Amino acid sequence: MRVNGIPNVRTCIAPLKNDIKVEIQGKYANLPDAKFKENPVKTIDIDILVVGAGPAGMCASIEAANQGAKVLLVDENPCVGGQLIKQTHKFFGSKHEKAGTRGIQIAKDLENELKELEKKGEVTVLLDSTVIGYYEGKGKKYKFGVLKRYGYEGILHEIDCKSVIFAVGAMENMLLFPGNDLPGVYGAGAVQTLMNVYGVKPGDKVIMVGAGNVGLIVSYQLLQAGIQVDRVVEAVPIIGGYHVHAAKLRRCGVPIYTSYSIKEVYGDGKVEGAVVVKLDKNWQPVKGSEEKVDCDTICLAVGLTPSTRLLSQVGVEMEFVPEAGGFVALHNNSMQTTVKGVYVAGDSSGIEEASTAMIEGKIAGVSAALQLSYDKKAKTLKKQYIAELERLRDGPFGEKPRVAKNKIKKLLEKKHV
Amino acid sequence: MYSYEKTGILSKKDLKLPSKKQLEKGVAIIECVQEIPCNPCVDSCPVNAISMKDVNAPPIADYDKCIGCGKCIGICPGLAIFLTKIKDNKALITLQYEFLPIPEVETKVKALDREGNVVGKAIVKKVVKEGKTMVIAIEASADLAMDIRNIRVDS
Ligand SMILES: Cc1cc2nc3c(=O)[nH]c(=O)nc-3n(C[C@H](O)[C@H](O)[C@H](O)COP(=O)(O)OP(=O)(O)OC[C@H]3O[C@@H](n4cnc5c(N)ncnc54)[C@H](O)[C@@H]3O)c2cc1C
Ligand code: SF4
Ligand code: SF4
Repeated sequence: MRVNGIPNVRTCIAPLKNDIKVEIQGKYANLPDAKFKENPVKTIDIDILVVGAGPAGMCASIEAANQGAKVLLVDENPCVGGQLIKQTHKFFGSKHEKAGTRGIQIAKDLENELKELEKKGEVTVLLDSTVIGYYEGKGKKYKFGVLKRYGYEGILHEIDCKSVIFAVGAMENMLLFPGNDLPGVYGAGAVQTLMNVYGVKPGDKVIMVGAGNVGLIVSYQLLQAGIQVDRVVEAVPIIGGYHVHAAKLRRCGVPIYTSYSIKEVYGDGKVEGAVVVKLDKNWQPVKGSEEKVDCDTICLAVGLTPSTRLLSQVGVEMEFVPEAGGFVALHNNSMQTTVKGVYVAGDSSGIEEASTAMIEGKIAGVSAALQLSYDKKAKTLKKQYIAELERLRDGPFGEKPRVAKNKIKKLLEKKHV
Repeated sequence: MYSYEKTGILSKKDLKLPSKKQLEKGVAIIECVQEIPCNPCVDSCPVNAISMKDVNAPPIADYDKCIGCGKCIGICPGLAIFLTKIKDNKALITLQYEFLPIPEVETKVKALDREGNVVGKAIVKKVVKEGKTMVIAIEASADLAMDIRNIRVDS
């Protein structure tokens, strides 16, 4: 969408103001002219542009800078960390991925590493800044438009870079049911942001839809915020998330209904309750099993879809891979897409975890640096990171990403024999 | 399919429980049975009492090696480790607690089982703050040693 002439705006998170002009946009955007907001365009020339400062983007920036490349890290939020800043729980994994440390603390540790590199002039971090589009660059360079916000004012930056790493994360999925547009129906990630970043209580009594790790963790954090979680409903016959997360919730007295779904949500202008229903083995509602539950909040934790709009604008080859969460950019094990110098890492390359996002970021960072001939042990590090990634994906919970990444590899081979 | 995959609740059959003697010494009971990519408990143990084939395998506690130091309790991201000691017909259970208010030593709290049901009373014996994590030791009746897995503090 285009808002006030600015292309590629995620309207769902843009601040609402009077008299803004919202338009539907075609695939390619025109670069807003130099008189944009009456401020001149600033130009930055850099080796590597990293889009998104979540775990993947932060690690990519640190690794590439450590190899000697000059890096610009851009994020639309006022602080670095991506999803990590709202994850108040301790992370799994092993020592290398800071297991046993809370996500929010991992974000702080990575931020400190970035600050050190910033002091040395290796990395520049541009916050409150959205990469709004890709434009044709000259020679071997890529050109991106970045809008940096100063309050309600914005300054347009033109970034010329030799290489770009997309670590733009993912977006939450919605579910179709009557009443899903009532205020009080949220995505679980949105609820987590409200509670843990802004300190706002989303409601008083919640039904959580989805018993994957996100649903289980956010339910627990709702309890920690003093909010009642009436139940978790899950359409699949078994709990998808880790047993230890489910156990934490159960021992607080929250029931988990597997083979259940939400039929509709009702209320006058806002959520006042929901009808939950049992599902048979063909996923069909069991007649007579409907139950009305009073609540003021419905929280949907039904998966994520990789963010890929900028990638498709650049023109990388995309394929639909269900196990990866939707359309993803084909990439090799250096995390390079089908366009040379364009890399992808983290949830944007297939939905997974922060621990794997960090390693993918590291791989993309060293690979991009290596391609630009920055090499201080880069080859050894790359091998080490690739092995680490495989080790983490080895268990049954790593099956889905394993399948996804194998499919991506096969599709890539098929197209480029 | 294991029933805990549907319910989220382990039964004692899913666990390898310590002997009476081991319980008198005080040991860490680990309620983490799935293959998940996680292993900080292994690294935290000073006497190598927790072993794991690889990072995805479930942890196995060696109750003979365990010295009951409690180092593994606070590090566990799954809040799945319960240090349990039985002495003079009382159970001393040490667990992670992540809610407010933080109880004070000697306060009475409700003792909850794996399903969140109140199964008895407990007295807080020790509160240790490890960073942002509370590790709390409670005393309850010995026959509830294998059932109590949470507490509720009345504010
Ligand atoms: C509730 C919940 C619990 C989780 N728990 C765990 C866990 O225990 N362990 C674990 O390993 N993982 C966990 N995860 C998953 C983990 O958070 C994600 O996999 C991880 O954050 C992905 O990292 P990322 O860097 O790819 O993306 P993100 O962290 O989403 O970061 C992407 C960043 O890019 C920015 N961005 C996007 N587009 C643009 C643009 N055009 N311009 C500028 N900036 C842009 C976004 O603002 C964001 O800051 C959890 C997720 C959720 C929702
Ligand atoms: S209580 Fe101490 S000795 Fe026993 S398993 Fe835990 S860390 Fe090891
Ligand atoms: S630290 Fe906790 S969750 Fe992780 S493997 Fe050990 S017992 Fe399981």
